[in-house]
Amino acid sequence: MTTETSILEGELQARLQPIVERYRGKRGAVIPVLQEIQGVLGYLPRKALIFVATELSIPLAEIYSVVSFYSQFSTVPVGRHRLEVCTGTACYVKGSHQLLEELGEKLNLEPGQVSPDGRLSLATTRCVGACSMAPVLKIGEELYGEFTADKIEQLLGSLARREEADRE
Amino acid sequence: MFSKRRSEEMAPVDTLWEELKHAHIASPAERWILLCGGLPCSSTSCCEVKKATQDELDKHRLSLEIKEIGCIGDCSEGPTIIVYPEGVIYRKLKPDLAREIIREHVKAGNIVERLLRGDPEPREELRRREKMPFYRRQSRLVLRNCEVVKPDIEDYMKHRGYSALAYVLSQMTPEQVIKQVKLSGLRGRGGGGFPTGLKWEHMLGSPGEEKYVICNGDEGDPGAFMDRNLLEGDPHSVLEGMIIAGYATGAGQGFIYVRAEYPLAVRRSMQAIEQARENNLLGEDILQTGFSFDVELRTGAGAFVCGEETALISSLQGSRGDPEPRPPFPVQSGLWNLPTLINNVETLANIPIILLCGADSFAKIGTAGSRGTKVFALAGKVRHTGLVEVPFGTTLREIIYKIGGGIPGDKTFKAAQTGGPSGGCLGEQHLDLPLDYDSLLDIGSMIGSGGLIIMDEDTCMVDIARYYLDFTQDESCGKCTPCRVGTKRLLEILTRITHGEGQEDDLERLEYWGRLIKNTALCGLGRSAANPVLSTLRYFKSEYVAHIRDHYCPAGVCERLNRPRINQEICRACGLCARICEAAAISGSKETGYRIDPALCTACQRCLEECPFEAITGGEKVHA
Ligand SMILES: Cc1cc2nc3c(=O)[nH]c(=O)nc-3n(C[C@H](O)[C@H](O)[C@H](O)COP(=O)(O)O)c2cc1C
Ligand code: FES
Repeated sequence: MTTETSILEGELQARLQPIVERYRGKRGAVIPVLQEIQGVLGYLPRKALIFVATELSIPLAEIYSVVSFYSQFSTVPVGRHRLEVCTGTACYVKGSHQLLEELGEKLNLEPGQVSPDGRLSLATTRCVGACSMAPVLKIGEELYGEFTADKIEQLLGSLARREEADRE
Repeated sequence: MFSKRRSEEMAPVDTLWEELKHAHIASPAERWILLCGGLPCSSTSCCEVKKATQDELDKHRLSLEIKEIGCIGDCSEGPTIIVYPEGVIYRKLKPDLAREIIREHVKAGNIVERLLRGDPEPREELRRREKMPFYRRQSRLVLRNCEVVKPDIEDYMKHRGYSALAYVLSQMTPEQVIKQVKLSGLRGRGGGGFPTGLKWEHMLGSPGEEKYVICNGDEGDPGAFMDRNLLEGDPHSVLEGMIIAGYATGAGQGFIYVRAEYPLAVRRSMQAIEQARENNLLGEDILQTGFSFDVELRTGAGAFVCGEETALISSLQGSRGDPEPRPPFPVQSGLWNLPTLINNVETLANIPIILLCGADSFAKIGTAGSRGTKVFALAGKVRHTGLVEVPFGTTLREIIYKIGGGIPGDKTFKAAQTGGPSGGCLGEQHLDLPLDYDSLLDIGSMIGSGGLIIMDEDTCMVDIARYYLDFTQDESCGKCTPCRVGTKRLLEILTRITHGEGQEDDLERLEYWGRLIKNTALCGLGRSAANPVLSTLRYFKSEYVAHIRDHYCPAGVCERLNRPRINQEICRACGLCARICEAAAISGSKETGYRIDPALCTACQRCLEECPFEAITGGEKVHA
């Protein structure tokens, strides 16, 4: 077993080990493993990539080539709430580029940036398939259709309330 | 569980179609409520509406079934409730309105007229789904279940679900199945339009100790959502088609590849697979016929090129989604170098219909070269957006104006984009063209997967071409030089044109690079990447010329070229603007009216502010 040599400590190890175990021996498992790890950690830190490379006996360079190819993967941390503006055609035709710009101004974030407190990040996404409600803002799995920048305060307010409720 | 019927006993498509169309009003005694649970609705205020509906039912001790189905396709109007048996449709609901409907309609039996929306059609037409133009003019064959049946195996089976599979497994040989699919004339709905039966035949004849079936649910065309909708609303149809494909081609393992952006589709497909396993419709010895087949679900990771079949296979194997040259085709050597059949979600969803209704009946729908129906994802500047299923050969005019209700506001239609980044833009002259695989190829576009984005006068066609090239340039995997470098060159030229820095011979350059990539790129992404440029150049050339020669964007989209314009209908030719213009860009007379020369105008906005009649607009950031 590679457990002793693993570079992950304690808790992280405990969270990632079951994921690789589930896929051990399966062909073509790299992508689902990375997806699940990103699902747990929010992004893919270098440590996690080394862990996967060691556990699945795949060169680290190959893991990196996969990670850099697919836009779903992020090697830098993202905000707890990830605001993504759809850049699909239907949304573009309905002004999503302007929405992105305005949200950036309001939140003081460039696309790809995380707020200093780690709470919010702003990004773009490919079409999420809700084109009939363009332009679309996505936060986690939730979609907000026909979105305009002036609705953002209200939305952030309800996110804050939800966070509070979760804490209780 | 299943009755084994012979093929001559099967209902012909006309009858079956009638039956399917009326399935939801078949039992008038039954009252039930249908709630649209497709992604757009379920992500807005649908949860609240559902909760309110259930609360109100409980309050009045009404024990009705609420069926949460897939998307009914009328997404711009959600959340939606349909009350049966009358089939009355209530749209754009809020929780308190839902409560009122339960009290007034469900309990007291009075249709709540006030809440029937959708003017300007006459009220009578609005009540029932099958009377509304948006639905009435469609032929919902593939989408039939998305409106009536829960995405759940029990409900699916009540609506003939898996009877095509049971029939095939018990009564037909693989060769007979393939013969039916060939006779039906079905062509792939994923974009290429390859005859499905022929592909299956090649696959059956292709030797391999193991064989695979892949359902392509990558749906990368930005602006398309047919496959998402099918996987969310009727995953069992797709699965049934897949199992039949496995049987007909000798495969034992299948994969559904769904893009990561569709979490609900992933969950519903996963659930469908599990339910099918529980019912012995997947796994060993399916329905005790000796046939074994299982399906695994994989999600994409955000790469457009992975919709291309060889790239998809690379991705399933756990690598970067790099495409491979063909031949060998996947049916010869695909996943793990074994014979692999790849079909699109919608293609597979057509299979049970063909086997239920008979290939002859199916082949009666559509045009000579394109049989059956096509689901289009209607979006953009059109009144009713959503999914539209029509026979091949339907015209754009029918889809945009009769079904889609026309262009909103007082705007005029400018273009329809079909086929996404691989397709092209059609103009007004194409409104009456019967749409099918071949007619669209003839005019430099393609039907693609079915994305249909409508653009009005406020859309700049040069900017749209730039938008698509920005997309393909970003999504190009970089493996072959023509695509990697060519898309970059095209994007550079288009960007400078939209910035007002275009050169006289840029149009020739666009043509040159466009043809070069088309003829030399490795995979379909590159070979079709120039289509948005070439088609807009062909049908909207004057817009390119205006950008280059006059430094003017007619739609007022390109910010750096956006100059004020005088609306001649409002202008009273007082001449004030011409007098105050510091750049001397405005000229004219009382008789001829006044015009702004965009080449001289500095967009200082003074005329716009001073005009007493507010006849001058533009010059500020205008967005669609
Ligand atoms: C760049 C590119 C993207 C594609 N994207 C998709 C897609 O998202 N979904 C799909 O079904 N087919 C897509 N295709 C077509 C597939 O390569 C393949 O032809 C298709 O899945 C075969 O299934 P069908 O015969 O049922 O259409 C794409 C092709 C290219 C060149
Ligand atoms: S284009 Fe934005 S959801 Fe499809």
